[in-house]
Amino acid sequence: MRPDNSPMTTDALAALEKAGFSRRGFLKGAGALIVGFRMTGGAVKLAAQTAPGVPLDRVDSWVAIAQDESVTGYSGKCEFGQGFETVQYQLIAEELSVPLDRVKLIYCDTSVTPDQGVTSGSQSHMAEFGPSGLRQALATAREALFRMAADQLKVPVDQLTVQDGIVSVKSDPSRQMSYGQLVGGNKFNLALNSRAVPKDPAQYTILGTSVPRFDLPAKVTGQAQYVQHVRLPGMLHGKVVRPPSVGAKVVKVDESSVKSLPGNVRVVVKNDFVGVVADKEWQAIQAADALQVQWSDGVALPAQPDLYDYMRKQPSRDAYTVLSADVDQMLGQAARVVRATYLHPYQMHGSLGSSCAVADVKGSGADATATIWSATQGVYPQRDSAAMVLGIPRDKVRVIFVEGSGCYGINGADTVSYDAALLSQAVGRPVRVQFSRKDEMTGGENYGPAYVVDLKAGLDDKGQIIAWDYESWTLSKGGRPNATTPGNIITGALAGFATPALVPARGNPPANFGNNGNAAPAYGSGCVGATCGGTGTIRSERVLTHTIASPFFTGPLRSPSRLQNTFANESFIDEVAAAVKADPVQYRLRHLSDPRLIDVLNAAASAAKWDTRASPKPGNAKTGIVTGRGISCVLYEGDNGYCALVAEVEVDQGSGLVTVKRLVISQDSGPVSNPDGLRNQMEGGVLQGMSRALREEVRWGDQAIASTHWRTYPVFQFGEPLPVVETVLINRPDKPHMGAGECTITTAASAIANAIFDATGARLRQVPFTARRVLEALGAR
Amino acid sequence: MAKLSLTVNGRSYSVEADPETPLLYILSDDLQLNGPKFGCGLSQCGACTVLLDGEPVRSCVTPVSEAAGLEVISIEGLGTPEDPHPIQRAFIEEQAVQCGYCISGIMLYGKTFIDRNPNASEQEIVESLTGLLCRCHAHVRMVRALKRYAQEVRA
Repeated sequence: MRPDNSPMTTDALAALEKAGFSRRGFLKGAGALIVGFRMTGGAVKLAAQTAPGVPLDRVDSWVAIAQDESVTGYSGKCEFGQGFETVQYQLIAEELSVPLDRVKLIYCDTSVTPDQGVTSGSQSHMAEFGPSGLRQALATAREALFRMAADQLKVPVDQLTVQDGIVSVKSDPSRQMSYGQLVGGNKFNLALNSRAVPKDPAQYTILGTSVPRFDLPAKVTGQAQYVQHVRLPGMLHGKVVRPPSVGAKVVKVDESSVKSLPGNVRVVVKNDFVGVVADKEWQAIQAADALQVQWSDGVALPAQPDLYDYMRKQPSRDAYTVLSADVDQMLGQAARVVRATYLHPYQMHGSLGSSCAVADVKGSGADATATIWSATQGVYPQRDSAAMVLGIPRDKVRVIFVEGSGCYGINGADTVSYDAALLSQAVGRPVRVQFSRKDEMTGGENYGPAYVVDLKAGLDDKGQIIAWDYESWTLSKGGRPNATTPGNIITGALAGFATPALVPARGNPPANFGNNGNAAPAYGSGCVGATCGGTGTIRSERVLTHTIASPFFTGPLRSPSRLQNTFANESFIDEVAAAVKADPVQYRLRHLSDPRLIDVLNAAASAAKWDTRASPKPGNAKTGIVTGRGISCVLYEGDNGYCALVAEVEVDQGSGLVTVKRLVISQDSGPVSNPDGLRNQMEGGVLQGMSRALREEVRWGDQAIASTHWRTYPVFQFGEPLPVVETVLINRPDKPHMGAGECTITTAASAIANAIFDATGARLRQVPFTARRVLEALGAR
Repeated sequence: MAKLSLTVNGRSYSVEADPETPLLYILSDDLQLNGPKFGCGLSQCGACTVLLDGEPVRSCVTPVSEAAGLEVISIEGLGTPEDPHPIQRAFIEEQAVQCGYCISGIMLYGKTFIDRNPNASEQEIVESLTGLLCRCHAHVRMVRALKRYAQEVRA
């Protein structure tokens, strides 16, 4: 067995049980020990919290200090390759003033870590540095340690100092006690104190530095265990057999079609859920291929070329982000009105590793228990919804996170966990399900939905925008599963759980301004009633989103809705700037009020040596290869991270091929926890955004998804010309933490479209910017 | 089913399997290696890459019978966290990973190319990785890591 850095892997569990601590017993027993693994494999004994249910308001839910001076943090924010595991190590070491190598971190296990919902939405920094997260628990613990030391050393708290986990008297450092001595192997038995004062970020020595990722040595040497590598004694291999067309139902399953195959093949059917289990993975694959299933016809799908027209005509659930009373009047009196429509397709998460999960469902009825090893973004929501799928109480289900392939949102991780659980329940043995590529792409994930965005801007006679009118149509079906909605994902629905129907409804004027989906432009003042929450100066705004029922399951995909909306809004401001022959940066600045957004915009422009002038670029020929630059900026979610991007492109006007040459990104997410980690996120995000802008679109035919693998869902790959990527960090230690992982991807499509326009004078209003679409736009000049 | 002898990372194994079984499943399920990973099963991404007698191959479409008698090296066979191979050290030093799922393909194709062409240009290095995917799009750092490795090979 191989020790690794993932807490509570099968290895860790085996070690726990070998040491005489059953999981449940461990949770109930006071003063029990847990065995933590470091990536180098050393096992360390440390005190663990013992409260069942892991309450969020108890210090012991978050931190334990052992007599060997090791410090263990417990967290509900998981590692997906974004580097937040390392940031949490830094936070623990920093806040408690202990060396990094004394810190352990256990995260995302419903039996031992606090319920922090899902790890998503660029929320991890805000959660862990917020008023009820890990930092506050550590600050409470630190104050408690100082009080204990003051008692023991008989000096006032303010006479004490701490270094490397040793509290000493300032005037006589020989009088000292270590954390381990102070805690004495006990628990803190303390509530989180909302008034405990965390360290001043200006004093940070560990946060704010580029601590190397803790997980990388194991990853690059093949030692890291992913969920694909969870191996249990007696484990069988399962495969799913999905409907060949969308909405098809099982008519008949011919189990005899696989009877002669090797591997003790078992067939499992529950409503429209069909799967097979065999001894070996290869046997299960062959059985799934051979199984004869008669399916009904699927549902009629909107023809793909007609999708965007179709979307406008469906009953919808409507919502206003902002609704000024005078928009029609201002458009009516405008000296000029600019209009454009932007189209964005369904896209996939397209995780590189097809999703996988292992489940061990034991017993039945009141005695049933289930353990699921999953790369889910939310161990608790999965626990609650899987309990429903299995028909057993949620306190009998344990979900243990094990890292998978990068997910970027709700990929197949949750649905494959249900698959494994259903198959394990049916056969009474642990079952591992590894999706095929087609399973992942057509029967695994919840896609990012398509968008149609109509935009109108009214200009005064000086070219200033006096009214902004946004109306969009998007689609929805399902989403993240929770305790009442296992039908939000594919397997839940196949197994017979309802997918909540979209209920059409008129939109009401908003009660307050919240730009969570970035439907409102950065240039609006966001005035609702007497308060204005926007980042710009345009007073008259109407922002209306229609959501219709989607034929395909949808859910959060990195920068959900924000990416599609920002493509529209940031392309449109560029079109308006061009209409009045203004420089795109200067024109944005004329409509912005938020100083931090202004700063990131200027920072990116300055780092890119922005050429101040109107687009398109004067002197570019109408044939051959031309170059141009474009800009885009956003305050992600209206309050969760500022960034701006300058893209430089080369367009071959003969072939329609767009090559991105250079990407310059600036970002302000408040205090920077790990500069190199932040750059890594910015770089990956912007390139993924480039891939989505240039290549990605889910395709379908009459009844079935046609994007089944990487040839039919192409993405940017190695071998293609790689742009130069430059990053500019704006560190603001005096501001609250904001999200970092989704800002740059949000700006990519618009910055590239704006650069193509600058180079050619042709406007790309439909993602992806394939060669054919570029040629069409060039032809329309 | 057939009995097959395999040499993986310098150790000999005897496995019983359908000879058509893709090598990946033997490495991952039977030998419990975590380096080569299932990505697509279609030879489209490279996550399952191993060296077969020194040549990078996609183990997801290589029948185990083809590997019998040859030397299989996975990234586990290059180095360890305590003593990483220079190419692994280069990836750590450049922090050239996000989720790390694709890393076998990038490192093994990159290493093979650079070992043979230590003076290759950046563009040649990028082109040597044609047919590989990294969905976190950590391309920039990965190329930087390969250039660092090339520098070391040259030295």
